Amino acid sequence: MIRFDRVSKRYPPGVDALSDISFEVAEREMVLVSGHSGAGKSTLLKLIAAVEKSTGGAVLVGGQNVSGLARAALPYLRRRIGMVFQDQKLLFDRNAFENVMLPLSITGFPRREAAQRVRAALDKVGLSSREKALPVMLSGGEQQRLAIARAVVGRPKLLLADEPTAHLDADTAADVARIFKEFNHVGVTVLIATYAGDLFPGARRLQLEHGKLLP
Amino acid sequence: MTAWLAQHGDAVRLAMRRLASAPVNSLLYLLAIGVALALPAGGQMLLANALSLAGTTSAVPHISVFMAANADRGMAAEIESRLKKRGDIKRVQFLPREETLARMKANPGLRDVIEALAANPFPDAFVLAVADERPEAMERLAVELRQLPRVEHVQLDSAWVRRLDALLQLGRTAVLVLGVLLSAGLIAISFSIIRMQVLTHRTEIEVSGLLGATDGFIRRPFLYYGLLLGLGGGIVAWLLVGAAALWLRAPLGELVRLYDLTLVLQTPGTRDSALLLAFAAGLGWLGAIISLQQHLRKS
Repeated sequence: MIRFDRVSKRYPPGVDALSDISFEVAEREMVLVSGHSGAGKSTLLKLIAAVEKSTGGAVLVGGQNVSGLARAALPYLRRRIGMVFQDQKLLFDRNAFENVMLPLSITGFPRREAAQRVRAALDKVGLSSREKALPVMLSGGEQQRLAIARAVVGRPKLLLADEPTAHLDADTAADVARIFKEFNHVGVTVLIATYAGDLFPGARRLQLEHGKLLP
Repeated sequence: MTAWLAQHGDAVRLAMRRLASAPVNSLLYLLAIGVALALPAGGQMLLANALSLAGTTSAVPHISVFMAANADRGMAAEIESRLKKRGDIKRVQFLPREETLARMKANPGLRDVIEALAANPFPDAFVLAVADERPEAMERLAVELRQLPRVEHVQLDSAWVRRLDALLQLGRTAVLVLGVLLSAGLIAISFSIIRMQVLTHRTEIEVSGLLGATDGFIRRPFLYYGLLLGLGGGIVAWLLVGAAALWLRAPLGELVRLYDLTLVLQTPGTRDSALLLAFAAGLGWLGAIISLQQHLRKS
């Protein structure tokens, strides 16, 4: 599903965020990317969705080298990937339903079917009663779950999450972790950048340190 | 196809929602665009009215040929037959001097003056309608007619037509210049409004891009926003011009009546109105395109 082949990422003026990273993630696998803050976890996820481009090596997603993708091809890559961002990036002038609807509007999904899917996604993260609520009216945990609903509403084969349990209390974090595990159980490949690895027992772990992958 | 339509529908709705979310701002924008457009649109309306006024007055130019006062009727008859033989003269109307005298006496103001004169002061005359009404052709013909024996004076009465024509031409140019300048102004207004919109919706633009939106999807609501701004401004301009026409109708009619003409100032016609709205919408759209090209890639 994902293959990194000697990937490096250098930001100007010469800061190496990642250097010589190689690994593979199989389909239906659940993998944690862990490491200290600034180890390059977020950068690694951004390379997969081509939010950033590698400065060396190849990033293959579904057999496609995404670091060489033309700008016009990026949207079609991102539609196949569900992303949960570290800062969630919810739209605060739209209610929960509309936030989750956005990816489906983008792909031009038929409206009635889209509405059903949005409700199903909200239901899966336990927010079906809050669909009219604006994000500011939601608690931190609810906002995180809303971000997850938006990431999965397009039913992607690949789900990327950047620190999805940060800033959450222990119970809520466990709840969010459970949702990811459920998606993995139904066949979604899940890649999570986190330093709360103990929330996901049994998942393979990629350990990053100063931009290098530890063996 | 339906998906495409639905996406455009969504974009229009979003643009409307954004317009409605800041009603005071939106109204001021529309007013600014409307006033800018009302000037050339108003000029065009006045011009159209002036043209129709020029059309209703007899604009067929004539040449008047006056015989010498001492030329007798036989001379006049000879000239008449020579005029009638010419191919470049369509119609020859003979005005005998007695008839002219009688007509002038009918005017109460002139009667006393004329009766005080010893002899008939009016010569025999011809009024000619020409085949070629272009001013240069008439000028050439007049020069030839002046060579005829016993012809005292040849007068072109196309002069006022030319003056009116020149005035209308000037009006047209003024409207055009005004139109071009204020169109550029409208594009600039739309440009900066869209720029602010892009700044306001920066998060949304970013998130949409991350979720797989194409550039087209992201641009669409902004383009419709520009289009709606232009269209709304066009409607404001149309209302302003229409109101001005109705307001000016009575005083202008009064003024024109003093020149023995009638004019009922008309509001812009369907064609002009549709043109105005389409043009305004197009300019708003264009401003948005330029603005997005400048500001979207950076965000």
